[in-house]
Amino acid sequence: MRLRCEVNGESREVDDVWPGESLLYVLRERMGLPGSKNACEQGECGSCTVYLDGVPVCSCLVAAGQAEGHEVTTVEGLAEGEQLDPVQQAFVEKGAVQCGFCTPGLIVATHDLLERRERPSDPEIREALAGNLCRCTGYEKILDAVRLAADRKAVS
Amino acid sequence: MSRPTKAPDKAPDRITTPITGGVGESPLRPDGTLKVKGEFAYSSDLWMDDMLWGATLRSPHPYARIVSIDLSGAWQTPGVHTVMTYDDVPGEKLFGLEHTDQPVMAHEVVRYQGEAVAIVAADHPETARRAVDKIVVEYEVLEPLTDAEEAVFATDAPTLHPGGNLVRHLPIRRGDQHATADVVVRGEYEVGMQDQAFLGPESGLAVPAEDGGVDLYIATQWLHVDQKQVAKCLGLPNDKVRLMLAGVGGAFGAREDLSMQVHASMLALRTGRPVKIVYSREESFFGHVHRHPAKLYYEHGATREGRLVYVKARMFLDGGAYASSTGAVVANAATLGVGPYEAPNVTIDCWGAYTNNPPCGAMRGFGAVQAAFAYESQMDRLAAELGLDPVEVRVRNAMAEGTTMPTGQVVDSAAPVAEMLRRVEAMPLPPAAPTDSYDLRELPGGVSNTTHGEGVVRGIGYGIGIKNVCFSEGFDDFSTARVRLEVIAGEPTAMVHTAAAEVGQGLVTVQAQIARTELGVERVTIHPADTQVGSGGSTSASRQTYMTGGAVKAACEKVRGLLLDIARERLHVEGQLHLDGGKIVSDRHGVLADLAEVLGDEVIDETVEWRHRPTEALDPTTGQGFAHVQYAFAVHRAVVDVDVDLGLVRVVALDCVQDVGKAINPDAVVGQIHGGSAQGLGLAVMEEIQVRDGKIRNPSFTDYLIPTILDMPPMKVDVLELADPHAPYGLRGVGEPPTISSTPAIVAAIRAATGLAIPRCPVRPEDITGTA
Repeated sequence: MRLRCEVNGESREVDDVWPGESLLYVLRERMGLPGSKNACEQGECGSCTVYLDGVPVCSCLVAAGQAEGHEVTTVEGLAEGEQLDPVQQAFVEKGAVQCGFCTPGLIVATHDLLERRERPSDPEIREALAGNLCRCTGYEKILDAVRLAADRKAVS
Repeated sequence: MSRPTKAPDKAPDRITTPITGGVGESPLRPDGTLKVKGEFAYSSDLWMDDMLWGATLRSPHPYARIVSIDLSGAWQTPGVHTVMTYDDVPGEKLFGLEHTDQPVMAHEVVRYQGEAVAIVAADHPETARRAVDKIVVEYEVLEPLTDAEEAVFATDAPTLHPGGNLVRHLPIRRGDQHATADVVVRGEYEVGMQDQAFLGPESGLAVPAEDGGVDLYIATQWLHVDQKQVAKCLGLPNDKVRLMLAGVGGAFGAREDLSMQVHASMLALRTGRPVKIVYSREESFFGHVHRHPAKLYYEHGATREGRLVYVKARMFLDGGAYASSTGAVVANAATLGVGPYEAPNVTIDCWGAYTNNPPCGAMRGFGAVQAAFAYESQMDRLAAELGLDPVEVRVRNAMAEGTTMPTGQVVDSAAPVAEMLRRVEAMPLPPAAPTDSYDLRELPGGVSNTTHGEGVVRGIGYGIGIKNVCFSEGFDDFSTARVRLEVIAGEPTAMVHTAAAEVGQGLVTVQAQIARTELGVERVTIHPADTQVGSGGSTSASRQTYMTGGAVKAACEKVRGLLLDIARERLHVEGQLHLDGGKIVSDRHGVLADLAEVLGDEVIDETVEWRHRPTEALDPTTGQGFAHVQYAFAVHRAVVDVDVDLGLVRVVALDCVQDVGKAINPDAVVGQIHGGSAQGLGLAVMEEIQVRDGKIRNPSFTDYLIPTILDMPPMKVDVLELADPHAPYGLRGVGEPPTISSTPAIVAAIRAATGLAIPRCPVRPEDITGTA
């Protein structure tokens, strides 16, 4: 089938999509956007989190056809050229990235949290990111990064 | 800074701006920006225009004879390019890290559920998976052998491998084997099978090359040991199998063994097309080795003052169907089986066995984890028996520099065990559990709303662990580094090239830091890791900063020596020169010239192979010998709240003291301690591969639970830096110790809260409610 949707602000059209493919597969293998990661394929790890019409979703659980005519934003769409989004910048600065495989999903989930909530409390951060597994960091530096990004966004 | 009264004319401290980002600082990771933008190329992200996808047929049975294999259904599937089995393996049919015992694909018999039987290449991953489903294998199902102790001792157990079911037995005998003591405590302990659960599943891309060889882009922990094994199985010389490290999504031991490397290469060579294989999460649970489950029988004898007289232990590690690194895991469990304590008389036996359970091998902590759960449980039992505080009994027996280990090895660098225990004990405790008001998020069960505080009790527990760093027992352990120094666009630039695997820990950052410090240049680039340079050894055993760090340091020293020779010649000076801030500096005359001016168009390019001090094999009957390069220690204090009605546990605090010798990158060190502690928390209360009759029942992240951000408490971390004179910069390996001590600390806290014995980890709700 043919799939048309807007990805990171650009109209995209891809052919020969098999109806069983997930949005994640199409992004990664057909659109050249491998930033969103596939770590569990069942919505448990959050590594594939993208925005679908502004709502964060696990793209592994979205059938590609469901994105027809909708807007998708991936981790690749958050920076403005060389200028990192404040969330991305904070993750780099605070050492919240080790292997980095969970990072794209955490960046999108954090971006969404800070769109909804200015200066979230620690319990709020933990609740918001509970669907994103990280195996390397023990989450301490991720919390540091979220707090830093929240502070910077609040004063900007 | 005070100056000597007779300072030379131009004292060196007057010069230049110092180089930033050197050893002891925390520069940002060079790959961080790519990773946050989603632009870092992991092994699963690789893509070529004409590539095919590989898939693997795996055995549904833990033990069965293969009667027949019918591949026709797969061959007839449109889009399939090739189907291959054992018969198609072009070279050696077996591989393995320590023992060559594992078939590339099963031959006549399958020895574990998930063993590879056939492989397919097709133009779409789903086509490949469906083709795999159409392969018909007729099995004669056999009764699996699933108990390690039986595998070794039961006379009626089936023999799984030609040499028998024993992979290794290591006895340790020290002192009086018949010692008696006033106070004796005994215990039987069990450790469940843990998964490394890295986030980036096994994956890679094999590209057939014009010379008949293969270029393999792969996520691994040791490129050269993969190269050696893959080349043998393909029947190719090593130089025709070139490996490039693709982005690695975590490792933790699970990438020490081969997974899809040979399969993808075979499919690529057969089809003449690039072939990519990416495991799903479920397949990943079958596609790599796990932490050995263990059964441990311990007896400690002590004086009434609480000093150890003897330790006796019998340990059984279940190696599963193939040996992997079981032999080395056995050695760690046995040699570190007393823990970081002085014990004059030791009798330890450790067995590693073949069974039909999933193969087990390396995971962070590597044998030391299982032993620590048992010996720390025993120390708490001893404390209770004597009416002593758990910290006090540990301090009274704490080993130190100069202690003789159960192997007879005398510890010849800092071992601040007692001080670490006192320091963690002195850290402030979290506030008491609220009794009047409550926030669900701060209670066991969280927003599941399972308690408002009723039935919740608090406990505090301690755990301390010991780990060997680098490869032991006389292994020729080395790393290779190539360093190139040249002037690019007017600026001196160093390039560091090694084959050492960056798996997320930050080795690339550390390599650049060492080059900056040693060469006094700001700009350092890290060449991608590949097999075009000599081996970097394994990214395991907490060894890469020590070993590849040591190799980079040695290569830089050689480059620096050559550069200073050039400087002496060109500047017509003699005597001591050094590099600082991009300048050539003389002790006597201060700054002489810019490094860039002296070097000019010349390129200095040197490769150095570097070794740690040699170790010895262990005596096979007494386990005596100078077997370990270095010891490292971490201690945890855990605070838990337990809902005794439902058996739910919330870890409230998990604080840690670790001696790292020298923190090369302090932020990265703390990151390792956080992450390692979290994996230990997982083993304490959440993580277990549930195996029944040889079959894995929970191969998914829905059913195999790793800690989330809600499960990890805030951590206070205290890093000590007591230099080891034998190691580069005095550093001590960092990655593994925190994984070892957090588990026993948390379980001890649960025991303290509930008064239950709890001889097994992970602790399940039914272990607390008594409904198991």
